Amino acid sequence: MTETAPAERDARTAAPLSPADAADAARLVSFGLQPKLVPARDAEYAALLRRYQEEPGFGRLADAVATGLGLIVLEVSPRAGMAVAAAEDSVFAVRMSEYARRATADPADRFLHGLAHLAVAALAFPRPADLADEGYLGRVTVNGVEAFVRQACHRLAERAAEHGDNTDPETEAPGLEAAWRVYARRSATGATKDARRLAGSTTGIVGKAVAFLADSGFLQRTGDDAGGTYRTTARYQLQVRDMAAGSAMTELLALGVVPVGDGSAALLPPEEDAALDLVDGAGLPFHR
Amino acid sequence: MTVSAQAPGPQTGRSPAPGPAADEGLARRLRALACTAPLHDLDSRKANLAGEYGTYAMAEVALAAIDLVTLSMDFDTGADHEQIVARLLPRIAAQAPRRPAAEHERVARWVLDNLINVGSVDRGFRAVYGTFGPDGVYVRRDYDFKLVEEVQGPGGGVYLRTTDEAVNVLVGALDTDVTSAQIAAEVKLEVLISRGRLADAQLAAEQARYRTVQYAETLRRTLETTRRDVRAVDWLRAVPDMITEALDHIADRYRHENAILTNIRRARDEAVDTGHKLRAAELVDIVKDCIRRHTQLQTRLLEAGPLFRAEQDRQAFQPPAARAGTDLYGQLLAPLLPLPVERATRVTDAFFARGTGPRPPAAVRLGDLTELLLTPPPPREHLGAELPEPDLVATPDDSRFTEEQLGAALDLLRLPEDAPRRLSGLLAEARRGDADLPYLVALLAVHAASPPVGTAHRQGEPRLLFAVDDGAELDDPEFGGADLIVGTALLAPRGPAASHEPAGTDEED
Repeated sequence: MTETAPAERDARTAAPLSPADAADAARLVSFGLQPKLVPARDAEYAALLRRYQEEPGFGRLADAVATGLGLIVLEVSPRAGMAVAAAEDSVFAVRMSEYARRATADPADRFLHGLAHLAVAALAFPRPADLADEGYLGRVTVNGVEAFVRQACHRLAERAAEHGDNTDPETEAPGLEAAWRVYARRSATGATKDARRLAGSTTGIVGKAVAFLADSGFLQRTGDDAGGTYRTTARYQLQVRDMAAGSAMTELLALGVVPVGDGSAALLPPEEDAALDLVDGAGLPFHR
Repeated sequence: MTVSAQAPGPQTGRSPAPGPAADEGLARRLRALACTAPLHDLDSRKANLAGEYGTYAMAEVALAAIDLVTLSMDFDTGADHEQIVARLLPRIAAQAPRRPAAEHERVARWVLDNLINVGSVDRGFRAVYGTFGPDGVYVRRDYDFKLVEEVQGPGGGVYLRTTDEAVNVLVGALDTDVTSAQIAAEVKLEVLISRGRLADAQLAAEQARYRTVQYAETLRRTLETTRRDVRAVDWLRAVPDMITEALDHIADRYRHENAILTNIRRARDEAVDTGHKLRAAELVDIVKDCIRRHTQLQTRLLEAGPLFRAEQDRQAFQPPAARAGTDLYGQLLAPLLPLPVERATRVTDAFFARGTGPRPPAAVRLGDLTELLLTPPPPREHLGAELPEPDLVATPDDSRFTEEQLGAALDLLRLPEDAPRRLSGLLAEARRGDADLPYLVALLAVHAASPPVGTAHRQGEPRLLFAVDDGAELDDPEFGGADLIVGTALLAPRGPAASHEPAGTDEED
């Protein structure tokens, strides 16, 4: 018995892949496209994942199916399932114009919606190590994220006031207004006729971001305190670490903001920006 | 046309652009001026409202609203929207007492909504002003400000708070140091009281209270920052210094205000003029409120130390990092915020594009769509839970007399209008059929002793049973009392005189 089992497996791996195998591989990818599905709760999903890990041929086939659909495989594991991300220009990619209708017309709204997503990630994984640690579970609240960004903006406003800078933007060039001012200007919350969150307020924008992430299987709602509390999932960590952070960083480097060639492990921001640098190992991104 | 371009010209000696240093003061005053614009705007825009709103002084209502919000601001919450509206109503009603209350409320809501500026996306105001830059170039700038802002309360509700701009507009002291302004206000108050000028004293006392609130607000914000991230605040020097300073300040103010309180109390008790007495009494209330606010501030200050230690314990003892990842805040968010929004958007767009998970696009088949459209809507669930069937218990019939007995008694009493009878006769007749019946007949006869003539007449009844006591004694084995004469009176359909006549003939019998 013990001798026949490996022999049998070798035979299966060696055998040419059939259309049925392709169907199974595509099924695995389709499971990956349902981010809320947990492998531990679905026997078929779990079996296909095992097959991906045990049969190199099947694994390559599933990867090929995903690539053909315009998906990037981030990780295939029992913890994250088949974690896939949409490639650029893929049909699966979410566009800002679909995400928020006002964002196309109003550049300030476009920025605020993007900033909300970045801020949620920044508070969910406050330390560099949190992104690297696979066992880390981040916790965020809607009000916490809103207050955190508002405070960062407030600090910049204070700094500008200390320097005696006039930060009021020029009337003809709204695009030159400092980003923090756009956030500081927007009201945090507001009363509406039907007792819902004011969609245009920063709390509303952050709330929309976390609700969207929860819908994508990136966050799990744990309570209603502080505007809604959420914890992160393995997929969110993968997506932020492997896709979003790098992409945004590239863009920032292209703007010439972060000096290239720093290379230190602590990944501290540039020295001359001392007022904003972070203390490594703190529970939250605190400032010296 | 810039000034620097004309430098070689005759204007070189006296530069019309005094440079950024002098311009800064001008810009500050322009901003201060802009803060009052929304109030003026209210009075000019009231003409656009549908209806006659000319009688209302909107700027006055707005200032009163800012007053009310400022005074009901506490550490944790702001002012309740509905409460502010309710407290504004007496003033508005006094402005136009003959108008309906609904209109007063509409004015209150309109003013409050305009102070928040509900229609705009930012819920704030913007003013444009111009300054000369360091290079002598004239630039127009946008100044964004809020007067009343909405904040999240602890229970999830939305509360109102006045901004610093609003408080500054209100008290008219622009760009001044909080502490020194308060000291000045209180010294002024003492002098005023010692000279007996109470009207001015009240103004000064109110100003002192606004300053107190503003001071508390500054401290609240610092403490909130501390709670959120311990290291954002300098706990080695700055915060302890600030707390010591604030505690000293409170001790000082407390002593000061108690002295003032004693003085005003004396002024109140010694005052002869009723107006002075009343004003001094109000002043006592204001100073008491100041003292209350100081006590509240002190409690918070004493809590600050333990709060810091607890937060530090919670945050400092975390296991060290195994390996480094991307520092999302330090490397992305923090460098991003000072950038011009146009460039920052490129970064946030990139993060959004790669930070969102794959979304399968919806593919619709016509067949499915048709079916979906033809499916009847699911039953609504908002009708509430099903009501439980009530458990009914039949109550036992405990009536003294049956329906048949009542019929028999009424038959017996249906007497011709020209032939009244003695009660004794009726009882004897009733007793022949049923032993219980006389009781019912007696009851009805006694009831008829005071017949509801008016009611019967109004309801248009043709006849009415009546009973009269003529002094005869009732001789009966079961009943005692007067042997009533029971008869039927005819009621005329109209007129009280006509109805009286048949009754009169019956009584004569």
